[in-house]
Amino acid sequence: MSQDLGLWTVPLAVIGGAIRVSTPFLFVSLGETITERAGRINLGLEGTLVFGAMAAYATAVVTGSPWAGVAAAGAAGAGFGLLHGLICSLPRVNDVAVGIALMLFGIGLAFFLGKPFIQPSAPPLPAIPFGFWSDLPQVQAALRVNVLFLVGAALSVALWWAFRHTKAGLVVRVVGDSAEAARAMGYSVTRVRVLATMAGGVLAGIGGAYLSLYYPGSWNEGISSGQGLMAVALVIFARWNPLACFGAALLFGGAGALGPALQSVGVSSGYYLFYAAPYVLTLGLLVATSSPDRALAGAPGELGLSR
Amino acid sequence: MVADTAASRIAVVPRRPSAAVQVMAWLARRTEAVAIPLGAVLVGLALFSLFLLALGKSPAALVDLVWRGGFSSAFALQNSLQRAAPLLFAALCVALPARLGLVVIGGEGAIMLGGLAAAVVAPPLSAAPAPLVVGAMALAALLAGAVWIGAVGALKAYRGVDATIASLLMSYIAIAIANHLIEGPLRDPTSLNKPSTLPVGDANMLGPMPGLGVHWGLGAGVLACCLAWLLMERTTLGFSARIAGGNVRAAQIQGLPVRRLIVGFTALGGACAALAGFFEVAAVQGNANATLAAGYGFTGILVAFLARHNPLAIPPVALALGGLEASSGLIQRRMQLPDATILVLEGLLFLCLLVGETAYGRFKIFSPHLWASKKEAAA
Repeated sequence: MSQDLGLWTVPLAVIGGAIRVSTPFLFVSLGETITERAGRINLGLEGTLVFGAMAAYATAVVTGSPWAGVAAAGAAGAGFGLLHGLICSLPRVNDVAVGIALMLFGIGLAFFLGKPFIQPSAPPLPAIPFGFWSDLPQVQAALRVNVLFLVGAALSVALWWAFRHTKAGLVVRVVGDSAEAARAMGYSVTRVRVLATMAGGVLAGIGGAYLSLYYPGSWNEGISSGQGLMAVALVIFARWNPLACFGAALLFGGAGALGPALQSVGVSSGYYLFYAAPYVLTLGLLVATSSPDRALAGAPGELGLSR
Repeated sequence: MVADTAASRIAVVPRRPSAAVQVMAWLARRTEAVAIPLGAVLVGLALFSLFLLALGKSPAALVDLVWRGGFSSAFALQNSLQRAAPLLFAALCVALPARLGLVVIGGEGAIMLGGLAAAVVAPPLSAAPAPLVVGAMALAALLAGAVWIGAVGALKAYRGVDATIASLLMSYIAIAIANHLIEGPLRDPTSLNKPSTLPVGDANMLGPMPGLGVHWGLGAGVLACCLAWLLMERTTLGFSARIAGGNVRAAQIQGLPVRRLIVGFTALGGACAALAGFFEVAAVQGNANATLAAGYGFTGILVAFLARHNPLAIPPVALALGGLEASSGLIQRRMQLPDATILVLEGLLFLCLLVGETAYGRFKIFSPHLWASKKEAAA
């Protein structure tokens, strides 16, 4: 019994989609914020995301518990982060190139190990129906919010607070802004950066678990189409601020939901163009917020990207 | 670096080294540039063998299948060379901007757009003589690729947008636009199962190279690599680009047109990648369709890094990886391994190669100064 909402369906679907699609963006961008705040850039999070999706799905199929899947994805992400962190600690190794290599390696390994798990179905992550007050199925569908989205939202506030008010947050920022200053204070720059890259990997892996265990909710080789990389661009747009990452992730999620939303009301021509909306948005925001002459406001001083 | 300063401290009175010493020093440097990537590849292969052993598969069987599938017979070699051709162009799309310190990874999109541009200009010109049509197709592809990747360079030069991220986003956008056009406005209504553009016409197809049985993309690609080497190593332009890639500020103080260099080199790289698309359409497919995005752009990144962005090293590396990918089907069937096996191996090789970067200058045996001082001691 669905009432005809007419064109209201589109904005409603976009809002619901923003909540649903934004979660991987949110986790990856929060992870990348931690890594970049420590002065490294990890472009390999796209690979971590895909591998996390595979690891979560496979673990959930085998154990029957989606949360075990999330844990496995986080652990796998930590492994990839550790690998990136350690390789980049060697002298004269370029972190951007290592990121690209890890992206290809992570995706390849995920496809390789994930081959047997394309068929079986895994238990999905639970969602909370915040739309219970409405009779409209569209509203109910839009407001079914996954637990991981709430975790991500809480995490962005916690990280924002931690960067300002905790010792660990300050150490990460000092290492990212001036390795010399950190060394003078007696902190090991390498150790902090490796740990920050690992933390970033954990979050990216969990973002992947969301992809395979909730939305779209299956494991296949087309599960991610550059979300991990867009999230890296999103961090620049959000100026390395976890709270801004949350808003930016919602915006990107909305853009990503535009294609399916328009399709649901019968707009089927230009299918591919609507799916390109998040890429165009990312590029547009990068162009609008970059500057050729000065370093970006809020950019960590040691970050190669902003130099 | 340490060896440098130590040697300069010992050599108080600078003497002109003899020719033999110069040759030895040159040889030592060259050997290092070959030995370290080769060593990294061997380490990568060893790690991959362990991975296979852990899965209960035989690494020796894999090597045998790669040899049989990629190199052992004339037919296998033809197949490998056919796959190497687009890799040559895709690798140049990475190697040329790399001279300026830019990591461009969006070649896949330029290949797709180049192929589409080539396929689009052919049908309206169907009355024209074949060489003219083929020339127009190549030109259209060159322009499309140059504009697309050149735009990445322009964004970097004039807006400071990171070229790695921008090029990948541009690649996704290019593939989306191309798929939209191929399935929509430009679709050949008779292509039912596999949406394609109108065929370019049999008369306009490029034949094989005489004696090789491989299409002309291979010859053109090798030529493009040679020309790129000349541009990089033997022209003022290439030298300026190297300075700008090493130190932007120094280049600006020297009055070098850094921004125009960036746009020029990225546009040239894009044009190269687009040629891969042109040859796929004009020599293999006969029209533009979704299979143009077959991953050559991504393998090309690996080829360029393995060749250390040296255009003359690109053809042998492209042949090796072309052979590896040509044997993929055989590996799948005979060893019951997934098609991603080659991806895992390629990723592992890429990682080992980058780790190897740290080894340069670490081995005394490759130090030109070691050879210089030995000779002097003997004399």
